[in-house]
Amino acid sequence: MRPTARRILSVERELPDTYTLEIEPPGSDWSFLPGQYTMLYAFGIGEVPISISGDPSDATRIVQTIRAAGAVTDALVAKVPGDFVGLRGPYGTAWDTKAGEGRDVLIIAGGIGLAPVRPLVLDVLNHRDRYGNVTLLYGARSPRDLLFADQLQEWRGRFDLEVLITVDQAEQTWRGPVGVVTSLIGRSSFDPDAAVAYVCGPEVMMRFTIQELERKGFSDDRLYVSMERNMKCGIGLCGHCQLGRFFICKDGPVMTCAQMAGSCWIREV
Amino acid sequence: MSEVFDVLVNQPFFAGMTDEQVRAVAKSAALVSFDEGSVIFVEGGPARYTYLILEGDVALTLRTQEHGSKIIQTLHRGEFVGWSWMYPPYRWNFDANVQTDVKAVQFDGPKLKKISLADPELGYTMMRRFTEVIVNRMQALRIQLLDVYSTFR
Repeated sequence: MRPTARRILSVERELPDTYTLEIEPPGSDWSFLPGQYTMLYAFGIGEVPISISGDPSDATRIVQTIRAAGAVTDALVAKVPGDFVGLRGPYGTAWDTKAGEGRDVLIIAGGIGLAPVRPLVLDVLNHRDRYGNVTLLYGARSPRDLLFADQLQEWRGRFDLEVLITVDQAEQTWRGPVGVVTSLIGRSSFDPDAAVAYVCGPEVMMRFTIQELERKGFSDDRLYVSMERNMKCGIGLCGHCQLGRFFICKDGPVMTCAQMAGSCWIREV
Repeated sequence: MSEVFDVLVNQPFFAGMTDEQVRAVAKSAALVSFDEGSVIFVEGGPARYTYLILEGDVALTLRTQEHGSKIIQTLHRGEFVGWSWMYPPYRWNFDANVQTDVKAVQFDGPKLKKISLADPELGYTMMRRFTEVIVNRMQALRIQLLDVYSTFR
């Protein structure tokens, strides 16, 4: 429960308000599963849950992508290599990669939601022979807001991964699709009767994405989402992140739609 | 015309319609193509046709004094471009720019209306399908308007 002080190895600016920190792991046996998060503590300011965005096969660093959106995250992205942060975790449930084995895999991300799914994409690519068609659909606000743009470019060059990107608004110089991420679903190749979908982004985006996937024939036990709530303790004690009968910090953040049984679409919840 | 019919019967939009109905609709249709960089229609111009994209990509753009030309939406294979032919004042609301070479079926709006009036069942079927496309597009645009990524952390 107590954070350990960890040294920051590097800080990279991804977007004007979004940075990726590489942090020294607490020990050589430290590991995480795709979809998990840590609690990062800016000393004297506060603690926030941040998804791990790095390669799960690389134990030499903990990679976390942070959007500056408040006092704690502002302080975290202002760190420089050599500074220290407090770290707890990893916490939470992981993307169930076993569920996707032998099947087509559809990964759908919106905005900074690409950060929590990047470890999943990397893990799937590390074990590419275990999966059928693999598709990544990514929606962002504008071409300037594409996260991990270089990596997206690299992934688009692969023959074993289909990457489709759309933006909500664009200048006329943009050559790609403009529209919501759900508009890409009909353009990708997967077998809806057998595929598994992993979705991460703003809740309203996930809601419409799930509706569209269900319309295409996905069953809710093959639809995984990463839920975000105001997590505080990270271990299911404080109740800050309660969603119906779940504590998202412990029972989530990754859950199937079947597990949630629609509870995230209830306005009061 | 039979070539158009052969194309239309294989389009998901016409799935479930009888051959006779598709043949009737095909009477209002022609196969057309547009080169990359060309313009299918321009904002303010007379709106007579609607297009079902068979291949290629089209960007709907809106020009404003403040923001220049902005792409509002792109449309792709299997999607329709252009609804302004349906209701007065029959003028386009956007520019339709060809992003990549387009092959399409061009439907003549006034002819399609006549065909629909002559066969109300067919007219209702077409209208119901068009409405579904329009509603889905409107829902999508609503999400776009929410600018959901701007505050997501």
